[in-house]
Amino acid sequence: MRKVIYSRPESLREVRTHYCAGCGHGIVHRLVAELIDELELREKTIAIAPVGCAVLAYNYWNFDTTEAAHGRPLAVATAIKRVQPDKFVFTYQGDGDLAAIGTNETIHAACRGENLTVVFVNNGVYGMTGGQMAPTTVLSQKTTTTALGRESKLHGHPLPLLEMLKVLEGVCYLERRALFSPQEIRKAKDALREAFKNQIEERGFSMVEILSPCPTYTKMTPIDNLKWIEKEIVKTYPLGRVK
Amino acid sequence: MASNRVLISGNEAFGEAAILSGCEFYAGYPITPQNELIQYMSRRMLEENRVFVQAESELASINMVFGASLSGVRSMTSSSSPGISLMQEGISYLAGCELPAVIINVMRGGPGLGNIAPSQADYFQSTRGGGHGDYRTPVLAPSSVAEIFKIIPRAFDIADRYRTPVIVLGDGMLGQMMEPVDKSLFDIEVKEYPKPWALRGCKGREPQLIKSLYLAPEALEELNLRLQGRYREIEREDVSFESSISLEDELVIVAYGSAARIAAGVIRKLKRENLDIGLFRPITLWPYPYKELGEISKKIKRFLVLEMSLPQMFEDVKLSLYSSNAEIDTLSRTGGVIPTEEEVIAKIKSILK
Repeated sequence: MRKVIYSRPESLREVRTHYCAGCGHGIVHRLVAELIDELELREKTIAIAPVGCAVLAYNYWNFDTTEAAHGRPLAVATAIKRVQPDKFVFTYQGDGDLAAIGTNETIHAACRGENLTVVFVNNGVYGMTGGQMAPTTVLSQKTTTTALGRESKLHGHPLPLLEMLKVLEGVCYLERRALFSPQEIRKAKDALREAFKNQIEERGFSMVEILSPCPTYTKMTPIDNLKWIEKEIVKTYPLGRVK
Repeated sequence: MASNRVLISGNEAFGEAAILSGCEFYAGYPITPQNELIQYMSRRMLEENRVFVQAESELASINMVFGASLSGVRSMTSSSSPGISLMQEGISYLAGCELPAVIINVMRGGPGLGNIAPSQADYFQSTRGGGHGDYRTPVLAPSSVAEIFKIIPRAFDIADRYRTPVIVLGDGMLGQMMEPVDKSLFDIEVKEYPKPWALRGCKGREPQLIKSLYLAPEALEELNLRLQGRYREIEREDVSFESSISLEDELVIVAYGSAARIAAGVIRKLKRENLDIGLFRPITLWPYPYKELGEISKKIKRFLVLEMSLPQMFEDVKLSLYSSNAEIDTLSRTGGVIPTEEEVIAKIKSILK
Protein backbone atom coordinates (compact mmCIF):
# COMPACT_ATOMS: atom_id res chain seq x y z
CA MET A 1 0.00 0.00 0.00
CA ARG A 2 1.25 3.49 -0.85
CA LYS A 3 1.76 5.89 2.01
CA VAL A 4 2.08 9.66 1.74
CA ILE A 5 5.34 10.60 3.39
CA TYR A 6 5.72 14.17 2.16
CA SER A 7 3.12 16.68 1.07
CA ARG A 8 2.26 20.37 1.24
CA PRO A 9 1.23 21.35 4.77
CA GLU A 10 -2.29 22.68 5.15
CA SER A 11 -0.77 25.87 6.55
CA LEU A 12 1.04 26.53 3.26
CA ARG A 13 -0.88 27.81 0.27
CA GLU A 14 -0.29 26.48 -3.22
CA VAL A 15 1.12 29.64 -4.81
CA ARG A 16 4.09 30.43 -7.01
CA THR A 17 7.09 31.87 -5.14
CA HIS A 18 8.16 35.48 -5.57
CA TYR A 19 11.50 34.88 -3.88
CA CYS A 20 14.78 34.82 -5.84
CA ALA A 21 16.37 31.51 -6.80
CA GLY A 22 18.28 30.09 -3.84
CA CYS A 23 16.61 32.34 -1.24
CA GLY A 24 16.09 30.80 2.19
CA HIS A 25 12.68 32.30 2.95
CA GLY A 26 10.80 29.54 1.13
CA ILE A 27 12.43 26.91 3.32
CA VAL A 28 11.70 28.81 6.54
CA HIS A 29 8.11 29.51 5.48
CA ARG A 30 7.65 25.82 4.98
CA LEU A 31 9.23 24.86 8.31
CA VAL A 32 6.89 27.26 10.07
CA ALA A 33 3.87 25.89 8.20
CA GLU A 34 4.83 22.27 8.92
CA LEU A 35 5.15 22.99 12.64
CA ILE A 36 1.88 24.87 12.80
CA ASP A 37 0.20 21.82 11.29
CA GLU A 38 2.05 19.37 13.51
CA LEU A 39 1.24 21.31 16.68
CA GLU A 40 -2.34 21.87 15.47
CA LEU A 41 -2.07 25.62 15.79
CA ARG A 42 -3.45 26.75 12.43
CA GLU A 43 -6.87 27.84 13.63
CA LYS A 44 -5.49 29.85 16.51
CA THR A 45 -2.47 31.42 14.86
CA ILE A 46 -1.96 35.12 14.17
CA ALA A 47 1.29 35.83 12.34
CA ILE A 48 2.99 39.16 11.72
CA ALA A 49 4.96 39.61 8.53
CA PRO A 50 7.81 42.12 8.47
CA VAL A 51 8.89 44.79 6.02
CA GLY A 52 11.51 43.58 3.54
CA CYS A 53 11.62 40.57 1.25
CA ALA A 54 9.32 38.57 3.54
CA VAL A 55 6.66 41.29 3.52
CA LEU A 56 4.60 38.94 1.36
CA ALA A 57 4.96 35.98 3.73
CA TYR A 58 1.20 36.19 4.25
CA ASN A 59 0.64 35.21 0.62
CA TYR A 60 2.05 31.79 1.44
CA TRP A 61 0.55 31.07 4.83
CA ASN A 62 -2.92 29.71 5.27
CA PHE A 63 -3.79 31.26 8.64
CA ASP A 64 -4.58 34.75 9.99
CA THR A 65 -1.82 37.22 9.17
CA THR A 66 -1.05 40.89 9.29
CA GLU A 67 1.71 43.34 8.53
CA ALA A 68 3.56 45.77 10.77
CA ALA A 69 5.40 48.99 10.12
CA HIS A 70 9.14 48.63 9.60
CA GLY A 71 10.63 47.25 12.81
CA ARG A 72 7.39 47.19 14.79
CA PRO A 73 6.20 43.55 14.62
CA LEU A 74 7.00 42.89 18.26
CA ALA A 75 4.98 45.88 19.47
CA VAL A 76 2.05 44.68 17.37
CA ALA A 77 2.53 41.11 18.59
CA THR A 78 2.73 42.22 22.23
CA ALA A 79 -0.75 43.71 22.03
CA ILE A 80 -2.30 40.83 20.08
CA LYS A 81 -1.01 38.32 22.62
CA ARG A 82 -2.02 40.45 25.62
CA VAL A 83 -5.53 40.85 24.24
CA GLN A 84 -5.82 37.26 22.99
CA PRO A 85 -3.60 35.17 25.27
CA ASP A 86 -5.19 31.95 24.02
CA LYS A 87 -3.87 32.50 20.48
CA PHE A 88 -0.53 31.51 19.00
CA VAL A 89 1.27 34.68 17.93
CA PHE A 90 4.59 34.81 16.14
CA THR A 91 6.59 37.41 14.25
CA TYR A 92 8.67 36.63 11.19
CA GLN A 93 11.42 39.20 10.81
CA GLY A 94 14.57 39.90 8.86
CA ASP A 95 17.79 41.40 10.14
CA GLY A 96 16.95 44.98 9.16
CA ASP A 97 13.50 44.79 10.70
CA LEU A 98 14.59 43.08 13.90
CA ALA A 99 18.10 44.37 14.51
CA ALA A 100 18.17 47.88 13.01
CA ILE A 101 14.98 49.91 12.84
CA GLY A 102 13.20 47.62 15.31
CA THR A 103 15.99 47.01 17.84
CA ASN A 104 14.10 48.96 20.47
CA GLU A 105 10.89 46.96 20.07
CA THR A 106 12.90 43.71 19.98
CA ILE A 107 14.83 44.40 23.18
CA HIS A 108 11.84 45.62 25.13
CA ALA A 109 9.42 42.86 24.10
CA ALA A 110 12.16 40.39 25.10
CA CYS A 111 12.85 42.24 28.33
CA ARG A 112 9.17 42.26 29.26
CA GLY A 113 9.20 38.53 28.68
CA GLU A 114 6.24 38.63 26.31
CA ASN A 115 5.01 35.10 25.65
CA LEU A 116 5.83 35.29 21.95
CA THR A 117 7.86 33.48 19.33
CA VAL A 118 10.20 35.25 16.91
CA VAL A 119 11.42 33.70 13.68
CA PHE A 120 14.51 35.74 12.84
CA VAL A 121 15.82 35.21 9.33
CA ASN A 122 19.35 36.57 9.05
CA ASN A 123 20.71 36.81 5.51
CA GLY A 124 23.19 39.56 6.30
CA VAL A 125 21.92 42.12 3.78
CA TYR A 126 18.92 44.30 3.02
CA GLY A 127 17.46 42.28 0.19
CA MET A 128 14.36 44.14 -0.85
CA THR A 129 15.97 47.57 -1.02
CA GLY A 130 18.87 46.38 -3.14
CA GLY A 131 21.52 44.64 -1.06
CA GLN A 132 22.70 47.34 1.33
CA MET A 133 24.63 46.65 4.53
CA ALA A 134 22.56 45.21 7.38
CA PRO A 135 23.53 45.35 11.07
CA THR A 136 24.35 41.65 10.67
CA THR A 137 26.61 42.04 7.61
CA VAL A 138 29.91 40.38 8.50
CA LEU A 139 33.29 42.11 8.32
CA SER A 140 34.80 42.31 4.81
CA GLN A 141 31.41 41.38 3.26
CA LYS A 142 30.66 43.45 0.16
CA THR A 143 27.25 45.08 -0.11
CA THR A 144 25.94 47.99 -2.15
CA THR A 145 26.78 50.37 0.72
CA THR A 146 30.05 48.65 1.66
CA ALA A 147 31.49 48.38 -1.83
CA LEU A 148 34.98 47.49 -0.57
CA GLY A 149 33.69 45.28 2.20
CA ARG A 150 32.45 46.05 5.69
CA GLU A 151 35.17 47.57 7.79
CA SER A 152 34.65 47.94 11.54
CA LYS A 153 36.22 51.40 11.72
CA LEU A 154 33.99 52.75 8.98
CA HIS A 155 30.81 50.74 9.34
CA GLY A 156 30.83 49.36 12.85
CA HIS A 157 30.79 45.74 13.94
CA PRO A 158 28.25 43.03 13.10
CA LEU A 159 25.42 42.91 15.65
CA PRO A 160 25.12 39.62 17.60
CA LEU A 161 21.51 39.99 18.58
CA LEU A 162 20.98 36.66 20.35
CA GLU A 163 24.08 37.15 22.49
CA MET A 164 22.76 40.60 23.43
CA LEU A 165 19.33 39.28 24.36
CA LYS A 166 20.80 36.45 26.42
CA VAL A 167 21.29 38.64 29.47
CA LEU A 168 17.62 39.59 29.69
CA GLU A 169 15.61 37.91 32.43
CA GLY A 170 12.45 37.84 30.32
CA VAL A 171 14.03 35.73 27.61
CA CYS A 172 13.34 32.04 27.79
CA TYR A 173 14.97 30.51 24.73
CA LEU A 174 17.45 31.62 22.04
CA GLU A 175 18.93 29.41 19.38
CA ARG A 176 20.82 30.03 16.13
CA ARG A 177 20.58 27.60 13.24
CA ALA A 178 21.23 27.70 9.48
CA LEU A 179 19.97 26.29 6.19
CA PHE A 180 23.16 25.02 4.55
CA SER A 181 22.36 21.29 4.68
CA PRO A 182 19.35 19.01 5.12
CA GLN A 183 20.67 18.07 8.57
CA GLU A 184 20.95 21.72 9.55
CA ILE A 185 17.46 22.47 8.19
CA ARG A 186 16.17 19.67 10.41
CA LYS A 187 17.90 21.25 13.41
CA ALA A 188 16.36 24.59 12.49
CA LYS A 189 12.96 22.95 12.56
CA ASP A 190 13.71 21.40 15.95
CA ALA A 191 14.68 24.82 17.28
CA LEU A 192 11.49 26.37 15.91
CA ARG A 193 9.47 23.57 17.49
CA GLU A 194 11.04 24.34 20.85
CA ALA A 195 10.28 28.05 20.40
CA PHE A 196 6.67 27.33 19.43
CA LYS A 197 6.17 24.96 22.35
CA ASN A 198 7.55 27.51 24.78
CA GLN A 199 4.72 29.85 23.87
CA ILE A 200 2.10 27.12 24.12
CA GLU A 201 3.46 26.24 27.55
CA GLU A 202 3.54 29.94 28.48
CA ARG A 203 7.25 29.93 29.20
CA GLY A 204 8.01 33.36 27.73
CA PHE A 205 9.96 34.97 24.96
CA SER A 206 11.69 32.71 22.42
CA MET A 207 13.68 33.56 19.33
CA VAL A 208 15.27 31.37 16.68
CA GLU A 209 17.77 33.00 14.37
CA ILE A 210 18.24 31.24 11.05
CA LEU A 211 21.26 32.02 8.88
CA SER A 212 19.82 32.18 5.41
CA PRO A 213 21.28 32.63 1.93
CA CYS A 214 20.75 35.61 -0.35
CA PRO A 215 22.45 34.59 -3.61
CA THR A 216 21.21 37.70 -5.40
CA TYR A 217 23.10 40.13 -3.19
CA THR A 218 26.02 37.98 -2.09
CA LYS A 219 26.48 37.53 -5.83
CA MET A 220 27.16 33.84 -5.32
CA THR A 221 25.53 30.74 -6.71
CA PRO A 222 22.99 29.27 -4.29
CA ILE A 223 25.39 26.39 -3.50
CA ASP A 224 28.38 28.70 -2.95
CA ASN A 225 26.23 30.91 -0.74
CA LEU A 226 25.34 27.95 1.49
CA LYS A 227 28.99 26.86 1.66
CA TRP A 228 29.99 30.41 2.59
CA ILE A 229 27.49 30.42 5.45
CA GLU A 230 28.79 27.04 6.65
CA LYS A 231 32.49 27.99 6.46
CA GLU A 232 32.54 31.75 7.13
CA ILE A 233 29.34 33.22 8.52
CA VAL A 234 29.21 30.81 11.44
CA LYS A 235 32.53 32.27 12.66
CA THR A 236 30.70 35.53 13.44
CA TYR A 237 27.39 33.86 14.30
CA PRO A 238 28.12 30.48 15.92
CA LEU A 239 25.34 27.91 15.68
CA GLY A 240 23.65 26.36 18.66
CA ARG A 241 21.66 27.25 21.70
CA VAL A 242 22.52 30.67 23.09
CA LYS A 243 20.10 30.49 26.00
CA MET B 1 -25.73 64.22 51.75
CA ALA B 2 -23.96 62.36 49.01
CA SER B 3 -22.93 64.63 46.17
CA ASN B 4 -23.89 63.80 42.66
CA ARG B 5 -20.71 65.39 41.42
CA VAL B 6 -17.06 64.34 41.36
CA LEU B 7 -13.96 66.46 41.06
CA ILE B 8 -11.76 65.10 38.30
CA SER B 9 -8.92 66.38 36.11
CA GLY B 10 -9.15 66.47 32.33
CA ASN B 11 -6.42 63.86 31.95
CA GLU B 12 -8.18 61.48 34.35
CA ALA B 13 -11.48 62.18 32.61
CA PHE B 14 -9.96 61.09 29.29
CA GLY B 15 -9.02 57.80 30.93
CA GLU B 16 -12.27 57.21 32.81
CA ALA B 17 -14.38 58.12 29.79
CA ALA B 18 -12.41 55.63 27.70
CA ILE B 19 -12.98 52.89 30.27
CA LEU B 20 -16.69 53.72 30.38
CA SER B 21 -16.68 53.55 26.56
CA GLY B 22 -15.42 49.99 26.60
CA CYS B 23 -11.73 50.60 25.94
CA GLU B 24 -10.11 47.19 26.46
CA PHE B 25 -6.53 48.12 25.67
CA TYR B 26 -4.38 51.11 26.49
CA ALA B 27 -0.67 51.56 25.76
CA GLY B 28 1.22 54.74 26.45
CA TYR B 29 4.52 56.39 27.22
CA PRO B 30 4.93 59.20 29.75
CA ILE B 31 5.15 62.76 28.47
CA THR B 32 4.11 66.01 30.10
CA PRO B 33 1.39 67.39 30.26
CA GLN B 34 -0.57 64.12 29.94
CA ASN B 35 1.13 61.97 32.59
CA GLU B 36 -1.92 61.80 34.85
CA LEU B 37 -3.67 59.97 32.03
CA ILE B 38 -1.20 57.08 31.72
CA GLN B 39 -0.94 56.94 35.52
CA TYR B 40 -4.70 56.76 35.84
CA MET B 41 -4.94 54.02 33.21
CA SER B 42 -2.14 51.99 34.82
CA ARG B 43 -4.36 51.55 37.87
CA ARG B 44 -7.92 51.65 36.51
CA MET B 45 -7.39 49.31 33.54
CA LEU B 46 -6.07 46.64 35.90
CA GLU B 47 -9.00 47.18 38.27
CA GLU B 48 -11.32 46.57 35.33
CA ASN B 49 -9.36 43.48 34.28
CA ARG B 50 -8.35 45.09 30.98
CA VAL B 51 -4.95 45.46 29.35
CA PHE B 52 -2.53 48.27 30.19
CA VAL B 53 1.01 48.37 28.80
CA GLN B 54 3.61 51.02 29.52
CA ALA B 55 5.40 50.92 26.19
CA GLU B 56 9.06 51.68 25.58
CA SER B 57 8.26 54.55 23.23
CA GLU B 58 5.46 56.30 21.41
CA LEU B 59 6.31 54.22 18.34
CA ALA B 60 5.71 51.07 20.34
CA SER B 61 2.53 52.50 21.94
CA ILE B 62 0.81 53.24 18.66
CA ASN B 63 1.87 49.91 17.18
CA MET B 64 0.55 48.12 20.24
CA VAL B 65 -2.72 49.93 19.63
CA PHE B 66 -2.51 48.58 16.07
CA GLY B 67 -2.17 45.01 17.38
CA ALA B 68 -5.02 45.38 19.87
CA SER B 69 -7.26 47.01 17.30
CA LEU B 70 -6.74 44.27 14.73
CA SER B 71 -7.70 41.84 17.50
CA GLY B 72 -11.11 43.52 17.49
CA VAL B 73 -11.05 45.39 20.80
CA ARG B 74 -11.43 49.09 21.48
CA SER B 75 -7.96 50.49 21.98
CA MET B 76 -6.45 53.83 22.84
CA THR B 77 -3.20 55.65 23.40
CA SER B 78 -2.39 59.16 24.50
CA SER B 79 0.55 61.48 24.28
CA SER B 80 1.54 65.09 23.85
CA SER B 81 2.83 66.90 20.79
CA PRO B 82 6.39 65.51 20.30
CA GLY B 83 5.09 62.04 21.12
CA ILE B 84 2.25 62.38 18.64
CA SER B 85 4.80 63.26 15.95
CA LEU B 86 6.45 59.91 16.64
CA MET B 87 3.10 58.16 16.37
CA GLN B 88 2.31 59.53 12.94
CA GLU B 89 3.80 56.50 11.17
CA GLY B 90 1.50 54.22 13.14
CA ILE B 91 -1.52 56.46 12.58
CA SER B 92 -0.92 56.27 8.84
CA TYR B 93 -0.75 52.46 9.09
CA LEU B 94 -3.98 52.36 11.12
CA ALA B 95 -5.64 54.46 8.41
CA GLY B 96 -4.18 52.28 5.63
CA CYS B 97 -5.29 49.06 7.35
CA GLU B 98 -8.72 50.54 8.16
CA LEU B 99 -8.30 49.96 11.88
CA PRO B 100 -10.23 51.88 14.54
CA ALA B 101 -8.35 53.54 17.41
CA VAL B 102 -8.52 56.61 19.60
CA ILE B 103 -5.45 58.80 20.00
CA ILE B 104 -5.49 61.60 22.57
CA ASN B 105 -3.15 64.52 22.08
CA VAL B 106 -2.82 66.76 25.14
CA MET B 107 -1.00 69.47 23.21
CA ARG B 108 1.98 71.47 24.44
CA GLY B 109 4.14 74.18 22.88
CA GLY B 110 6.29 73.34 19.87
CA PRO B 111 8.08 72.94 17.52
CA GLY B 112 10.77 70.57 18.67
CA LEU B 113 10.98 70.03 22.40
CA GLY B 114 9.19 73.36 22.85
CA ASN B 115 7.75 73.49 26.33
CA ILE B 116 5.07 71.88 28.45
CA ALA B 117 2.65 74.82 28.44
CA PRO B 118 -0.82 74.56 26.85
CA SER B 119 -0.93 75.12 23.12
CA GLN B 120 -3.04 74.39 20.06
CA ALA B 121 -0.14 74.31 17.63
CA ASP B 122 -0.83 70.77 16.35
CA TYR B 123 -3.97 71.85 14.49
CA PHE B 124 -2.49 71.37 11.03
CA GLN B 125 -0.82 68.09 12.01
CA SER B 126 -4.13 66.71 13.26
CA THR B 127 -6.52 68.02 10.64
CA ARG B 128 -4.33 67.68 7.55
CA GLY B 129 -2.93 64.22 8.08
CA GLY B 130 0.42 64.34 9.83
CA GLY B 131 1.57 60.98 8.56
CA HIS B 132 2.26 59.94 4.99
CA GLY B 133 -0.30 59.16 2.33
CA ASP B 134 -3.86 59.97 1.32
CA TYR B 135 -5.82 59.77 4.53
CA ARG B 136 -7.71 61.88 7.03
CA THR B 137 -8.37 61.48 10.71
CA PRO B 138 -11.53 62.72 12.38
CA VAL B 139 -10.51 65.22 15.08
CA LEU B 140 -12.65 66.03 18.12
CA ALA B 141 -11.87 68.91 20.48
CA PRO B 142 -13.56 69.10 23.90
CA SER B 143 -13.42 72.37 25.80
CA SER B 144 -14.33 71.21 29.31
CA VAL B 145 -13.72 68.24 31.56
CA ALA B 146 -17.42 67.39 31.48
CA GLU B 147 -17.46 67.46 27.69
CA ILE B 148 -14.69 64.85 27.63
CA PHE B 149 -17.31 62.33 28.79
CA LYS B 150 -19.31 63.05 25.64
CA ILE B 151 -16.41 63.30 23.24
CA ILE B 152 -14.59 60.07 24.10
CA PRO B 153 -17.57 57.70 23.55
CA ARG B 154 -18.24 59.52 20.30
CA ALA B 155 -14.59 59.14 19.27
CA PHE B 156 -14.79 55.37 19.80
CA ASP B 157 -18.07 55.22 17.90
CA ILE B 158 -16.71 57.12 14.91
CA ALA B 159 -13.58 54.96 14.99
CA ASP B 160 -15.58 51.72 14.95
CA ARG B 161 -18.24 52.91 12.52
CA TYR B 162 -15.78 54.06 9.86
CA ARG B 163 -12.83 51.84 10.80
CA THR B 164 -10.53 54.78 11.23
CA PRO B 165 -8.16 56.25 13.80
CA VAL B 166 -9.72 59.25 15.56
CA ILE B 167 -7.77 62.02 17.25
CA VAL B 168 -9.03 63.78 20.35
CA LEU B 169 -7.32 67.11 20.69
CA GLY B 170 -6.92 68.63 24.13
CA ASP B 171 -4.18 70.78 25.56
CA GLY B 172 -2.20 71.12 28.77
CA MET B 173 -4.80 73.42 30.30
CA LEU B 174 -7.73 71.06 29.71
CA GLY B 175 -5.64 68.04 30.72
CA GLN B 176 -4.38 69.47 33.99
CA MET B 177 -7.35 71.39 35.30
CA MET B 178 -9.91 69.86 37.63
CA GLU B 179 -13.63 70.46 37.34
CA PRO B 180 -16.68 69.12 39.09
CA VAL B 181 -18.46 66.70 36.82
CA ASP B 182 -22.01 65.44 37.13
CA LYS B 183 -22.00 61.68 37.73
CA SER B 184 -24.86 61.21 35.28
CA LEU B 185 -22.25 61.76 32.55
CA PHE B 186 -20.84 58.36 33.53
CA ASP B 187 -23.91 56.64 32.12
CA ILE B 188 -22.37 55.86 28.78
CA GLU B 189 -24.11 53.40 26.57
CA VAL B 190 -21.50 51.29 24.81
CA LYS B 191 -22.46 50.51 21.26
CA GLU B 192 -21.26 47.18 19.96
CA TYR B 193 -19.90 47.11 16.42
CA PRO B 194 -19.46 43.71 14.80
CA LYS B 195 -15.88 43.24 13.68
CA PRO B 196 -15.84 40.25 11.33
CA TRP B 197 -12.57 41.53 9.87
CA ALA B 198 -10.67 41.11 13.16
CA LEU B 199 -7.86 38.56 13.41
CA ARG B 200 -8.83 36.00 16.02
CA GLY B 201 -7.52 32.85 14.42
CA CYS B 202 -9.19 31.18 11.43
CA LYS B 203 -11.27 28.63 13.32
CA GLY B 204 -14.54 28.17 11.45
CA ARG B 205 -13.70 30.55 8.63
CA GLU B 206 -11.15 31.31 5.90
CA PRO B 207 -7.86 32.91 7.02
CA GLN B 208 -7.88 36.71 7.00
CA LEU B 209 -5.22 39.30 6.27
CA ILE B 210 -4.92 42.88 7.46
CA LYS B 211 -2.46 44.96 5.45
CA SER B 212 -1.86 48.31 3.81
CA LEU B 213 0.55 47.06 1.15
CA TYR B 214 -0.81 47.29 -2.40
CA LEU B 215 2.02 46.89 -4.86
CA ALA B 216 -0.19 47.52 -7.88
CA PRO B 217 -0.85 51.27 -8.12
CA GLU B 218 -4.43 50.72 -9.31
CA ALA B 219 -5.17 48.57 -6.26
CA LEU B 220 -3.80 51.21 -3.89
CA GLU B 221 -5.71 53.91 -5.72
CA GLU B 222 -8.84 51.83 -5.17
CA LEU B 223 -8.18 51.65 -1.43
CA ASN B 224 -7.51 55.39 -1.28
CA LEU B 225 -10.68 56.18 -3.18
CA ARG B 226 -12.64 53.91 -0.88
CA LEU B 227 -11.18 55.75 2.12
CA GLN B 228 -12.02 59.09 0.52
CA GLY B 229 -15.60 57.94 0.04
CA ARG B 230 -15.75 57.19 3.74
CA TYR B 231 -14.26 60.59 4.55
CA ARG B 232 -17.00 62.26 2.47
CA GLU B 233 -19.53 60.29 4.51
CA ILE B 234 -17.94 61.48 7.74
CA GLU B 235 -18.14 65.04 6.40
CA ARG B 236 -21.87 64.56 5.77
CA GLU B 237 -22.68 62.76 9.02
CA ASP B 238 -20.34 63.82 11.75
CA VAL B 239 -19.70 67.56 11.69
CA SER B 240 -20.37 69.14 15.05
CA PHE B 241 -20.04 72.53 16.62
CA GLU B 242 -21.62 74.72 19.23
CA SER B 243 -22.70 78.25 18.54
CA SER B 244 -24.38 81.00 20.47
CA ILE B 245 -25.11 83.71 18.00
CA SER B 246 -27.86 86.27 17.63
CA LEU B 247 -28.59 88.75 14.87
CA GLU B 248 -27.60 91.62 17.16
CA ASP B 249 -24.04 90.35 17.48
CA GLU B 250 -21.37 92.82 16.42
CA LEU B 251 -18.78 90.11 15.94
CA VAL B 252 -18.38 86.36 16.20
CA ILE B 253 -15.39 84.76 17.91
CA VAL B 254 -14.37 81.46 16.36
CA ALA B 255 -12.41 79.33 18.82
CA TYR B 256 -12.12 75.70 19.95
CA GLY B 257 -10.97 73.85 23.06
CA SER B 258 -9.41 75.96 25.80
CA ALA B 259 -9.41 79.08 23.60
CA ALA B 260 -13.21 78.81 23.38
CA ARG B 261 -13.42 79.02 27.17
CA ILE B 262 -11.41 82.22 27.16
CA ALA B 263 -13.77 83.51 24.47
CA ALA B 264 -16.77 82.65 26.66
CA GLY B 265 -15.30 84.70 29.50
CA VAL B 266 -14.71 87.60 27.16
CA ILE B 267 -18.28 87.47 25.89
CA ARG B 268 -19.67 87.54 29.43
CA LYS B 269 -17.57 90.59 30.29
CA LEU B 270 -18.47 92.49 27.13
CA LYS B 271 -22.14 91.77 27.69
CA ARG B 272 -21.91 93.97 30.77
CA GLU B 273 -20.73 96.76 28.48
CA ASN B 274 -23.73 96.11 26.21
CA LEU B 275 -21.56 94.67 23.47
CA ASP B 276 -23.10 91.57 21.87
CA ILE B 277 -20.50 89.09 20.73
CA GLY B 278 -21.24 85.62 19.40
CA LEU B 279 -19.25 82.42 19.79
CA PHE B 280 -18.78 79.70 17.20
CA ARG B 281 -16.98 76.67 18.58
CA PRO B 282 -16.11 73.80 16.23
CA ILE B 283 -16.18 70.48 18.09
CA THR B 284 -15.03 68.51 15.06
CA LEU B 285 -11.93 70.17 13.62
CA TRP B 286 -12.02 67.66 10.81
CA PRO B 287 -14.59 67.49 9.35
CA TYR B 288 -14.74 71.25 9.85
CA PRO B 289 -18.14 72.97 10.01
CA TYR B 290 -17.43 74.99 6.86
CA LYS B 291 -21.03 75.22 5.74
CA GLU B 292 -22.45 76.13 9.14
CA LEU B 293 -19.91 78.88 9.70
CA GLY B 294 -20.49 80.11 6.15
CA GLU B 295 -24.22 80.43 6.88
CA ILE B 296 -23.50 82.73 9.82
CA SER B 297 -21.52 85.08 7.59
CA LYS B 298 -24.70 85.88 5.70
CA LYS B 299 -25.88 87.76 8.79
CA ILE B 300 -22.77 88.79 10.66
CA LYS B 301 -19.79 90.34 8.93
CA ARG B 302 -17.08 90.48 11.55
CA PHE B 303 -15.13 87.45 12.79
CA LEU B 304 -12.25 87.02 15.18
CA VAL B 305 -10.36 83.73 15.14
CA LEU B 306 -8.90 83.12 18.57
CA GLU B 307 -6.36 80.33 18.80
CA MET B 308 -3.36 79.26 20.85
CA SER B 309 -1.28 78.75 17.72
CA LEU B 310 -0.06 81.03 14.99
CA PRO B 311 -2.84 81.24 12.47
CA GLN B 312 -3.76 77.67 11.68
CA MET B 313 -7.49 77.21 12.20
CA PHE B 314 -7.71 80.69 10.64
CA GLU B 315 -7.28 78.98 7.26
CA ASP B 316 -10.38 76.86 7.81
CA VAL B 317 -12.35 79.92 8.83
CA LYS B 318 -11.22 81.64 5.62
CA LEU B 319 -12.37 78.60 3.64
CA SER B 320 -15.73 78.75 5.44
CA LEU B 321 -16.20 82.41 4.61
CA TYR B 322 -14.60 82.50 1.16
CA SER B 323 -17.74 83.58 -0.64
CA SER B 324 -18.78 86.20 1.90
CA ASN B 325 -17.49 89.73 2.31
CA ALA B 326 -16.89 89.26 6.03
CA GLU B 327 -13.88 90.72 7.79
CA ILE B 328 -11.76 88.06 9.47
CA ASP B 329 -9.27 89.04 12.11
CA THR B 330 -7.03 86.83 14.21
CA LEU B 331 -5.69 86.81 17.70
CA SER B 332 -3.04 84.17 17.99
CA ARG B 333 -0.73 83.44 20.87
CA THR B 334 1.83 80.71 20.61
CA GLY B 335 4.60 78.91 22.46
CA GLY B 336 2.29 78.03 25.32
CA VAL B 337 1.14 81.60 26.00
CA ILE B 338 -2.54 81.62 26.99
CA PRO B 339 -4.34 84.70 25.67
CA THR B 340 -5.84 86.82 28.45
CA GLU B 341 -9.43 87.99 28.41
CA GLU B 342 -8.13 91.56 28.57
CA GLU B 343 -6.10 91.28 25.38
CA VAL B 344 -9.00 89.65 23.56
CA ILE B 345 -11.32 92.43 24.74
CA ALA B 346 -8.82 95.08 23.60
CA LYS B 347 -8.58 93.36 20.22
CA ILE B 348 -12.35 93.24 19.79
CA LYS B 349 -12.70 96.89 20.73
CA SER B 350 -10.05 97.87 18.23
CA ILE B 351 -11.90 95.91 15.50
CA LEU B 352 -15.25 97.51 16.37
CA LYS B 353 -13.87 101.02 16.60
